[in-house]
Amino acid sequence: MVYIAALIRKYQGVNKNVKITDADVLHAAALARISLDGDELRKLSGELDAVLDYMDLLSEVDTSGVSPTHHPLPAVNAMRDDVARQSLDLEDAVRNAPRHKDGCVVVPKVIE
Amino acid sequence: MNGYDVVIGLEVHAQLLTESKVFCGCSTTSGLAPNTSTCPVCMGMPGALPVLNRKVVDYGIRLGLAVGSRIARTCVFARKNYFYPDLPKGYQITQYESPLCEGGSIDVETKEGIKKIGITRIHMEEDAGKTIHDETAPYSYVDYNRAGVPLLEIVSEPGMTDTKQAVAYLRELRQILMYLGICDGSMEEGSLRCDANVSVKKAGSSRYGTRTELKNMNSFRNVQKALEFEIERHIQILESGGRVEQETMLWNPSKGVTVPMRSKEESHDYRYFPEPDLVPVRIDDAWIEDVRSTLPELPAERRARFRKRYGLPAYDTGVLTQSRELADYYEACVGMLDAPKEISNWIMTEVMRALNEQGISITDFRVSPEMLTGLIALIGRGRISGSMAKEVFAEMASTGHSAEEIVSSRGVGQISDEETLKAVAGRIIDANPAEARKYRSGKTGLLGFFVGQVMKATQGEANPKLASRIVKELLEE
Repeated sequence: MVYIAALIRKYQGVNKNVKITDADVLHAAALARISLDGDELRKLSGELDAVLDYMDLLSEVDTSGVSPTHHPLPAVNAMRDDVARQSLDLEDAVRNAPRHKDGCVVVPKVIE
Repeated sequence: MNGYDVVIGLEVHAQLLTESKVFCGCSTTSGLAPNTSTCPVCMGMPGALPVLNRKVVDYGIRLGLAVGSRIARTCVFARKNYFYPDLPKGYQITQYESPLCEGGSIDVETKEGIKKIGITRIHMEEDAGKTIHDETAPYSYVDYNRAGVPLLEIVSEPGMTDTKQAVAYLRELRQILMYLGICDGSMEEGSLRCDANVSVKKAGSSRYGTRTELKNMNSFRNVQKALEFEIERHIQILESGGRVEQETMLWNPSKGVTVPMRSKEESHDYRYFPEPDLVPVRIDDAWIEDVRSTLPELPAERRARFRKRYGLPAYDTGVLTQSRELADYYEACVGMLDAPKEISNWIMTEVMRALNEQGISITDFRVSPEMLTGLIALIGRGRISGSMAKEVFAEMASTGHSAEEIVSSRGVGQISDEETLKAVAGRIIDANPAEARKYRSGKTGLLGFFVGQVMKATQGEANPKLASRIVKELLEE
């Protein structure tokens, strides 16, 4: 979903009927840390193309006088006061981590 | 700089002084045990929904007003997508297309006078967790207490043309943030972080050179040194006919060099899109005016007022207004004793020294404005000398006793300080030349007159015997 949104952004306003290339899909997969085999690649290329075609259809509508919809809900300003509340117990906080030590989540070495 | 123009822009992240995080109620207190200030929202657990902390918007508006930005009427949050272990959700909630503030500027003092450094934008975002590296183990450890702590990112225009301007801009911005009470300004502890974009071009050329981004500069000194190094590096590459690569460089303070950050080829493909979990923020006039009414006097205004109202030199105003609390202290003193320059001198030297020695800030200082002005008044009345006052001050700073108490307990109920009395007697002799002449021509009976004048000038506090001897010595020398 994330990548589709970005792709729409990228292709909108550019030439219509731009086809999704295998490289686009592989790039998206790399960003999402997903590995794809040949069949999946072809399948996704086709599906993403269909999504973009649909977006092309939408972009035919004249929206010049319409302000952007920032959010599907009509609500604004859902906010809370600045009050600190009880956090999770440490045990619960790190329970889902594959490994933890001394309260910290253990991850593969990060090299800067 | 030897045939090249330098272009610098800064991106500053300021941690906000809120009680709770930006999208959840976890405490922002630092120094807690790892992961004890976390919850499903800031740990990125499925289904957890963020709710915006109103104060973060208040603080952002506050800064925007202080630097003359346009405050957005509608602003939305965006997701910045990337994978890194310190980012629990796989995205950072930030702002992209519609930041909270746009435009504005900060005045910076340069050799050529005041220069306005433009602000591009100010936006709200969440901080990431902290990664702890263990050299001996094939692991890193992550503490998410900082994940979700509110930040303002302040992006400047590429408007600075040397490293001094960059540092001056950063100092001024820091001071404004601290005056506004929205950030503690500590670069060492990371509550104020600065990244820089830097490029060089042939002098006079209108085409920008390729820029690099500089990270990991956690003090003013490091900002200056890292920029200087990086500028020199660019120039050397260009001089030898090479090309500057656009990349992110890390400052290594112990080696004094910048090194390329491990390149992540897709790292700049953040795929921003509007955050669906947060509704837009709408800001009306009433909200803005509400915030405006809480704005304190800003550092530049205060410096100008100190110069004008108290007739202080620029150097003094710079020192006295370095923090709001110190400036308040000074003004409290001036309100009690009309001696603006003397008070300034005392604060800039003895008070600052005592604060440094004790490693405390002015708000924790034992010597209150009443006590300091009490001491200065004693000097004014000739009760103690300037050098003795310094000793008394040192005792005040360590014991918290008043000058009066210390002077009395030292048995100096009367002025027995020769230096002080000499000064007073000298003034009186100078002021009565006719009497002095008569005395010197033999009318020694006038000694009583002079001693009387000394007693009067010291409000009766001079040691009469000593006063008499000193007057006699001065008249007969």
